[in-house]
Amino acid sequence: MNLIKFLDEFTTDKLQEPNTSRRAMFGQLGSLTKKAAIAAVPFGLATMSNKAMAQSSSSVVDVLNLALTLEYLEDEFYAMALDSGVLSGNAKAEAIYMQISKHESQHVDFLTAAIEGSGATPVAKPTFDFTVGGAFDPFNDNGAGPATAYAQLLALAQAFEDTGVRAYKGQAGNLMGNPGVLTAALQIHSVEARHASEVRRLRGLEGWITGNQRGAGMPEATQAVYDGATTEANIMQGGLDVTSLGSGSPFTVDASTQAYDEILTGDEAVAIASLFIVS
Amino acid sequence: MKKKKSIEVTTQTVGRNRRNFLKVSGLAIAGSGLLLASCSDDDDNGNMLGGTFDLGTGDVGVLNYAYALEQLEAAFYTNVVNGSFYASASADEKAILLDLYNHEVNHREFFKAAIGANVPMEQQLTADLEFDFSSVDFGNRDSVLGTARVLEDTGVSAYNGAGQYIQTAAYLTLAGKIVSIEARHAAAIRSIISGSADYTAFAGDDIIDDNGLDLAASPADVISAAGGFFVTPFTYKNPQA
Repeated sequence: MNLIKFLDEFTTDKLQEPNTSRRAMFGQLGSLTKKAAIAAVPFGLATMSNKAMAQSSSSVVDVLNLALTLEYLEDEFYAMALDSGVLSGNAKAEAIYMQISKHESQHVDFLTAAIEGSGATPVAKPTFDFTVGGAFDPFNDNGAGPATAYAQLLALAQAFEDTGVRAYKGQAGNLMGNPGVLTAALQIHSVEARHASEVRRLRGLEGWITGNQRGAGMPEATQAVYDGATTEANIMQGGLDVTSLGSGSPFTVDASTQAYDEILTGDEAVAIASLFIVS
Repeated sequence: MKKKKSIEVTTQTVGRNRRNFLKVSGLAIAGSGLLLASCSDDDDNGNMLGGTFDLGTGDVGVLNYAYALEQLEAAFYTNVVNGSFYASASADEKAILLDLYNHEVNHREFFKAAIGANVPMEQQLTADLEFDFSSVDFGNRDSVLGTARVLEDTGVSAYNGAGQYIQTAAYLTLAGKIVSIEARHAAAIRSIISGSADYTAFAGDDIIDDNGLDLAASPADVISAAGGFFVTPFTYKNPQA
C-alpha cells in the first residue's frame, strides 16, 4: 500500500469523498477536530492472520502504519542531516544525531517487520521535502548558510521528536488487548521522549515542555506540535486540576504542565507529518 | 556488590490483605554502582499485626504500583532539594533537579488523588511509604545523580512493562503522559552524568536494544531492583486482571 492511499483512507471523511484531491485533503486535515479514531477505518481487515490480536486487527495495522510513516520521516531526516555536512565540526551534535538516526532506522525495520509479520502490507516510504517548499534550508542546500541551516536542523529535530512522543501516546489506547504490540509501542515512545529531551537541551531548552510553548528559536510553523485538541498547556489530568493538588513549586502552572506530556490525535499527527510529505 | 536484606515492616494500611505476609527481598540495583544500605536483619518496627500489602490487579494494581514508584521518586528528590543539593551542583544541575522534584511530587499527589477517588479504601496503597536512602550520599554528585538515573530509568521500564495490565484506556493514556516525562528526565540525568565522555548516554546502547526499544521490566523485576529503597514492604503478585 502506498502512503497516499494510506493517508487517503486515514479518515472516514475521505472515504466518503473519493474525488477529493490529496492537497485538498491535507487542507481538511488541518481543520478536523472530531475525526473518528483511526480504529474506525475499515482497511486491511481481511489480511490479518494473527489471532492473538484480540481487538479489531485493522486498527492495530493502522496504528503501526502511522507509526511507520513518522519513523520514515525521522529516519530520512536524520540520515540527510548527517550527510549534509551541517553538523561537521560539532562533535556533540553529530554524536547525538548519529545515535538518534540509528534508533529511527531500527524503528523503521522493527515496524516493517511487525506489520509484515501480522500478514499486512507496510505503507511505502513517502518522498519527503524537509524544506517545506523552500521555507526551510536545514541541509544548507539553498544557500541559507551553515549557521541558519544548523539552527533549522535542530529546530526540526525538536519538532519531530516532540511530535513523535505525542503521536505514539495518542495511539496507545488503540493497542489495548495486544500486549506485545502495546509494550513495543511504549518502548519506542519512551525512546522518542529521550530523543526529544536531548535535542531540546542541545538547543538550550529544558528537556520538558512548559505550557504549549514551542521554545526559543522554534519557527512559528511548528506551533501545531504543541497545540492540538489537547494542548501541552493542559492542567486537567483524569478530571483533576493538578495545580490544585497541593501548594508550592510542584503545583505551579508551569510545573504542572511540564510534568505531563499530552497526546496528539492520529489526524493531528498526520497533519504535521504531511507538511513534509511530497508524495 | 550485592547484599541481600529482608524487610519485615508492615504497612499502616488497614485492609483485607494482611494475611499475605511475605518478606520483600531487596537487592542492590544492577549496574547502579550503588551500595545497598546496610540494614539489620530484624529491621522491623515490631508491628506484626498486619500483613504485606498487595498492590492488586488490573487498574488498581497499576495505580498503586505507579503511586509507590512516584512516592519513591518524590521522596528522593525531596531529600535532594531539602539538602541544598550536593556541594558542587551547578546552577544548571540545580535547575534540573528542582524541576524533577516538582514533577515527581506532582505525579505523587496526582496518584494519591486518583486512587482516593477511584479505588476502594481497603485497596488503596498507603500515602506514607517509608524509604531507606542510607545508600545515598546526598552531598555527593555521583551518588545523587547516579541514584536519579537509576530511579528514572527504572520508572521508564516500570511504566513500559506495566502498560499491558491497564484495563481502562484513560488510565493507559495517563500512564503514557507520565512515562514520557520519566524518559525525558532519564535522558537529561544521563546526559549530565556523562558529559563530553559520551554524548550518546541520553539513550545509550546500555538501555536501548538493537530494535531501538527502550527498557521494559516486569513488576517483579522492578520491585526487586528498587526494593532496597523500600522500607515498607508490599507485593504485586497478580498484575494481570
